[in-house]
Amino acid sequence: MPAKVKVKRQAVSPVAHYLTLLVFALGVLVVLTAYASAQQTPASSEQVWLSLKDDVFGDRAIVLDDGVVRVEAPKRAQDAAIVPVDIFLDPAKAPEGVKTVTMIIDVNPAPVAAKFDIGKDAGITHISTRVRVNDYSYIRAIAETADGKLHMSQTFIKASGGCSAPAAKNSKEALAAMGQMKLRQFESTENMSKAEELQLMIRHPNNSGLQRDPLTQYFIPAHFVDKLSVSQGDRLILAMEGGISISEDPNFRFDFTAQGKEPLKVIASDTEGKQFESEWPLTTPVSN
Amino acid sequence: MSTLTRRQILGWAASSALIHTPARAAVEPKLSALADGVYAFTGAEEMMEPANQGAICNVGLIVGTESAALIDSGGSYLEGVELLRAVREITDKPLRYLINTHMHPDHIFGNAAFKETGAQIVGHTNLPAALEARGAFYLQSFRRQLGEELMRGVEIIPPTVLVADRTELDLGDRKLDLRAWQPAHTDNDLTVMDRTSGTFFAGDLVFLGHLPTMDGSLLGWMRQLDELAAIAASGVVPGHGPSPSAWPDAIAPERRYFETLASDLRAAIKAGVPLAEAVTTAGQSERAKWKLFDEYNERNATTAYAELEWE
Repeated sequence: MPAKVKVKRQAVSPVAHYLTLLVFALGVLVVLTAYASAQQTPASSEQVWLSLKDDVFGDRAIVLDDGVVRVEAPKRAQDAAIVPVDIFLDPAKAPEGVKTVTMIIDVNPAPVAAKFDIGKDAGITHISTRVRVNDYSYIRAIAETADGKLHMSQTFIKASGGCSAPAAKNSKEALAAMGQMKLRQFESTENMSKAEELQLMIRHPNNSGLQRDPLTQYFIPAHFVDKLSVSQGDRLILAMEGGISISEDPNFRFDFTAQGKEPLKVIASDTEGKQFESEWPLTTPVSN
Repeated sequence: MSTLTRRQILGWAASSALIHTPARAAVEPKLSALADGVYAFTGAEEMMEPANQGAICNVGLIVGTESAALIDSGGSYLEGVELLRAVREITDKPLRYLINTHMHPDHIFGNAAFKETGAQIVGHTNLPAALEARGAFYLQSFRRQLGEELMRGVEIIPPTVLVADRTELDLGDRKLDLRAWQPAHTDNDLTVMDRTSGTFFAGDLVFLGHLPTMDGSLLGWMRQLDELAAIAASGVVPGHGPSPSAWPDAIAPERRYFETLASDLRAAIKAGVPLAEAVTTAGQSERAKWKLFDEYNERNATTAYAELEWE
């Protein structure tokens, strides 16, 4: 169902500004070292992970493959700019609930692809999205359970050029349609209980900041959806903080447990401070 | 390190390639006559790889009474050198234009071989930005695919003559009609019509044999097929496939493939089948009808799914 989108201007947050600068600096570095870089391997990807792990999670222990979280992606990317990734959470393995899931793509210019906050009692067991992958790399999902423990799953993918290469395939159209949102509601195949499945689509170029303006030779600043929240009434279902590793036209599909008949509300904002809001009635039947 | 420095390094690489003449080609691009003053090389229907020197796309040459124009420069510096030699065997008229039909490496990697000819590079108005966004990546990733040897001398050289809609080039008693298209195969597709012979150089807007590849807009491509078919031509040199081919019959196979792919994907999207699953089945009924189907179909389907779900 197409929705009316309100666009508001707001000041750029210092965090977003910092992110933009960081991405910009990393972008310069990546482009300049592009000629010398060899292909990544599972071992070199692991090295990158070990060097950035502490910056993201401090010295906290991370348990690998204990079944709380599982990440899946194709072994070889078809289109490196649109790589489907599925993250599964197993409530039976984490009865206390999962609070956050962080998705990391080791070798990308901005390795922290997204951090998802999962609403309490949201009932989410599966999140799928699409990412850019710049080279052969591990994609990791790290779930933090309510007890503060970290659980990880990883999968190696062969891809190249997702961030620096194919920006918008049709760049003029991408800018013109920015902010348009679409929400599809499905009956869930994930969960037999009262869950339903949502697919949220946002038109946004999600510029990587790794492109140059052909006339000025300056880098085009990164411009991407950095915050997103989906709620039913006042109840948070899923929030995301993301970066340039999320594909153009960010796309999220996830199951959740609806409560009552309150509408679904989405608020997204980008690094230029544009805010996009929309609301949809709950359409699939809920037995409550 | 600045862009200038990067350019200089690429320049040095090119000049050292000029000094150390590359080993003689294993696959030699030969330009064969299609009509009076019209020549074409038919590329291999393969992936770019060391064995074929990247010589996989079709190349055209048109000679007027005053000058000549080459359409695409091939997939390596070496292929560019071989093409230039073939041009020189055919004509001593100045090569005034090197027309790049779009951004892909198999069509532009030979550009540097034509520096000394003084030929102006002609391209779609979107081509400079597309090359700026992808050039460094192409140079890096094709090193892996083609190897250091074949990448020697390859430079990304953008066009200086830009076509926004339509342009006419005069080669002396011979006029070429250049036309820039809306996003289809890429967002920088350019075609060339030789008025004198009626030969239409379609670039990668037409694929035969080799599965079409999607790097622009499936819907845009489908929308423009009728307009493409309406062009009056005696024959077509497609971007990939036999040249010349019958016109407009040459469009029929790709039209069928696009319609099949789009209809499979639309059904999947409607039924809520996720991308990862839908792309493994969409278009599969076309499999036996194309070369390089397994190499490109899922990729095409991925790109097209992301486009079609916004319909």
